[in-house]
Amino acid sequence: MKKIIKYVLLDLLRNRIIIAFTLFLAVISFSVFNLEDNPSKGILSLLNLVLIIVPLVSIVFSTIYVYNAAEFIELLVSQPLRRVNIWLSIFTGLAASMCVAFLVGCGVPVLIYAPTDVGLMMTAMGLLLTIVFVAIALLASVLTRDKAKGIGVAILLWFYFTLIFDGIVLFLLFQFMDYPMEKPMVVFSCLNPVDLARILILLKLDISALMGATSAIFSDFFGSKWGMMATVLIMIAWALLPLWWSVRKFNRKDL
Amino acid sequence: MKSINDHMKNLCLAISLVVFTITANAKTWIVRPAGPLQSLQEAINNAMPGDTVMVERGVYRQPTIIVNKPLYLKGIGYPVLDGQKKHEIMIIKSSRVVVEGFAVQHSGYSGYNDIAAIRIVNSRSVTIRNNRFDDNFFGIYSQHATGCTISGNELRSNAINEINSANGIHCWKSDSMQILNNTITGHRDGIYFEFVTNSIIKNNTSTGNVRYGLHFMFSNDDAYVGNQFKDNGAGVAVMFSKGVIMLQNTFIENWGSAAYGILLKEISDSRIEHNRFVRNTTGIYMEGTNRIKVAKNVFHNNGWALKIQASCSDNTVTQNNFLGNSFDVATNGSLVLNSFNSNYWDKYEGYDLNRDGVGDVPYRPVSVYAMIAERNPVTMMLFRSFITSLLDKAEKTIPGFIPENLKDDQPRMKAFK
Amino acid sequence: MIIATNVTKKFSKLTALDDVSVTCTKGQTISLIGPNGSGKTTFIKCLLGMVVPDSGFITFNKQNIAHNWQYRSAIGYMPQIGRYPENMTIAQVLDMMKDIRKRSAGALDEELIHSFRLDGMMHKRMGTLSGGTRQKVSASLAFLFNPDVLILDEPTAGLDPLSTEILKEKIMKEKQQGKLAMITSHILSDLDDIVTEVIYMEEGKLRFHKSLGQLQEDTGEKKLSRAIAQVMSAGN
Repeated sequence: MKKIIKYVLLDLLRNRIIIAFTLFLAVISFSVFNLEDNPSKGILSLLNLVLIIVPLVSIVFSTIYVYNAAEFIELLVSQPLRRVNIWLSIFTGLAASMCVAFLVGCGVPVLIYAPTDVGLMMTAMGLLLTIVFVAIALLASVLTRDKAKGIGVAILLWFYFTLIFDGIVLFLLFQFMDYPMEKPMVVFSCLNPVDLARILILLKLDISALMGATSAIFSDFFGSKWGMMATVLIMIAWALLPLWWSVRKFNRKDL
Repeated sequence: MKSINDHMKNLCLAISLVVFTITANAKTWIVRPAGPLQSLQEAINNAMPGDTVMVERGVYRQPTIIVNKPLYLKGIGYPVLDGQKKHEIMIIKSSRVVVEGFAVQHSGYSGYNDIAAIRIVNSRSVTIRNNRFDDNFFGIYSQHATGCTISGNELRSNAINEINSANGIHCWKSDSMQILNNTITGHRDGIYFEFVTNSIIKNNTSTGNVRYGLHFMFSNDDAYVGNQFKDNGAGVAVMFSKGVIMLQNTFIENWGSAAYGILLKEISDSRIEHNRFVRNTTGIYMEGTNRIKVAKNVFHNNGWALKIQASCSDNTVTQNNFLGNSFDVATNGSLVLNSFNSNYWDKYEGYDLNRDGVGDVPYRPVSVYAMIAERNPVTMMLFRSFITSLLDKAEKTIPGFIPENLKDDQPRMKAFK
Repeated sequence: MIIATNVTKKFSKLTALDDVSVTCTKGQTISLIGPNGSGKTTFIKCLLGMVVPDSGFITFNKQNIAHNWQYRSAIGYMPQIGRYPENMTIAQVLDMMKDIRKRSAGALDEELIHSFRLDGMMHKRMGTLSGGTRQKVSASLAFLFNPDVLILDEPTAGLDPLSTEILKEKIMKEKQQGKLAMITSHILSDLDDIVTEVIYMEEGKLRFHKSLGQLQEDTGEKKLSRAIAQVMSAGN
């Protein structure tokens, strides 16, 4: 398993798109911090990068990579190797290289210019989101045989998690405005890893506003140490469940 | 040089001699646990007006002490006056009483009566200074008092909810009070003013009280200056008053759906200047206020820097710094009768072509999402998501949701120093 | 050595393998022949565990290959189209395979690497190689670990005549060592002289499985290609 990871990584770290992505993140991050006189405003500008662009690149790149590696995967499968190991190695390789790209391109500038609670939390969430969306990408690519269709599904999933889901939630919140919606809202948030990441960052960034906007249920759940742990665990589950499902599918897949 | 110094020394000596002869008539009584004088009350009863009663270190569990003549009561090494959770500890019924250096603790508690550690009744020029108050119901309670000074006291209690607790420094129907340099924590309201006029509250620290750090009602022509209010259940409330001057105070971390840096209700002709509002859910909440000037304050990292309800008019918000707030201004109506000008807003994205330090396009401090969150607070959970930024962008292109007149026509390009 | 029993595989509506039963033993060189879409590649993939049959089973050395993966260490496989991580050099691909199969260098058969003259281009990235060179790499990999069974899917497609000859000789050599080789190919003439058995498939069904001698006898044709052509026309 270690060996396969090693070779997947060796391949990925020299991949042009990964390098381009790293540079893109670095250019944006550094220019944001240099243009804004106030590092906390820089953080705000990077928030959208972390919540929108990072998931997009993670999911689309991983999907394309898996399709392009189809023959390589076939080759590996024809070798005396467990399929689970092959698949997990590909996941690990992808997740690790995307994380390195994010860490170098976005994490380092943040830690240089804004090594605050918010900065640390944002970096951590960027990494978690990367892992989650790589896992979702693997699932999308194992479920659809056709490459074009697979990439389409990946983009749709990204669109769903970053925009459509929140749109639906906003709609529901106004539809059921007269009812207590705090508890359902906590549940809604858990159904979307991007929302979870955003809320954990909000807890550092807009704690003053959040403490006023919602009742005790919210601050009890997300605000406490245990709530934070639970939230992070749910995010990890968001990575593990798609991965587990994709492993099951890959084990039975005809190549 | 030397001769001048000598002259000075002689002069000092002469002055102290004179002072000594004036006070020489006043007698000093010493109360100590070992006796012979063990009871503070007995000492007070024996003393003549103007006498000094020194109380030495020890624990004094005695019935309510009544001070009915002008005396200087001084504790040495913080002697403990203990109310054993049964009764009031001291009632001052005379003017010109000084109480200094005591540890006053465990007053009684009552659901019907206002039981205090020290009560000032119908007196003038009473001074209560440098005492420590611990675990009392009301701390210092003044009724119908005039020209009293309450300074340098430390008041702490362990209130858990509003019902079973009372205020730290409570003034009712008093005038010309001076509340200086006190530290109050763990009470219901840190400082409470009702029908108090011409008074000053200065350099106090009021933190961790279950309701308000400062609660201010029907009290005109007062000033509070240089105080710090931090982490109180509901911040500071100033209500039904006029002519209030609020200067150089700091309001920090007053968190909660009904917590405010300052809650202003039915206030008019007042000034709020040079204050700092940091990390409050709402910096200033205004309801029914008129002709208030909010100037030269700093609003930093608050949820909402200002919430101005539609019932407010003729207020001026000028030369303030708005930095890193989740929302700068929120309002609940479309009619705006207040003016915003010459503030620095860090969210301002306009330009300054003629380089005069003033932005060339107006700044609209109310964001769409502030309006949405105002109507439906739970939507705060979606704050800063993609869809909310889309909503804000949409509003900029097709305005209609935000009150038309709520804008700053001269937004500053740089923060005020 | 390899016994397939009633193997059936459907891809949605298409039946790729229909009740195929085959027995292959040591020392045979089997030519798997059939028109495009006849199920040859699917059958090979079933042997390699890349495609899981809907029904029936396959044993390798008397062990069922379902849920088994170790048996593949005895197989060398050359895919129809060999594609490798683009950014890896030939040397890295070889190293990776050696790494994965955990063989010591002594047991390696690097003959093909030398005869294909791959030594000189070890530092080249896979992405920059021509199709033919990649086929050479695939072939070298299939023989590298000295496996008991060789499965070669269209091995000569894309290879120049010289390389085809080298490969053929190599297969012959291995055959003499008693190895089982299974080769799919539609260019029959290339392999005429090394084949001992012929399996002919059509529309997912096994048409016949005969030794070369038997086939020649049945059809009266000496050349394999002719014999096959006759079978095909007779089938129609």
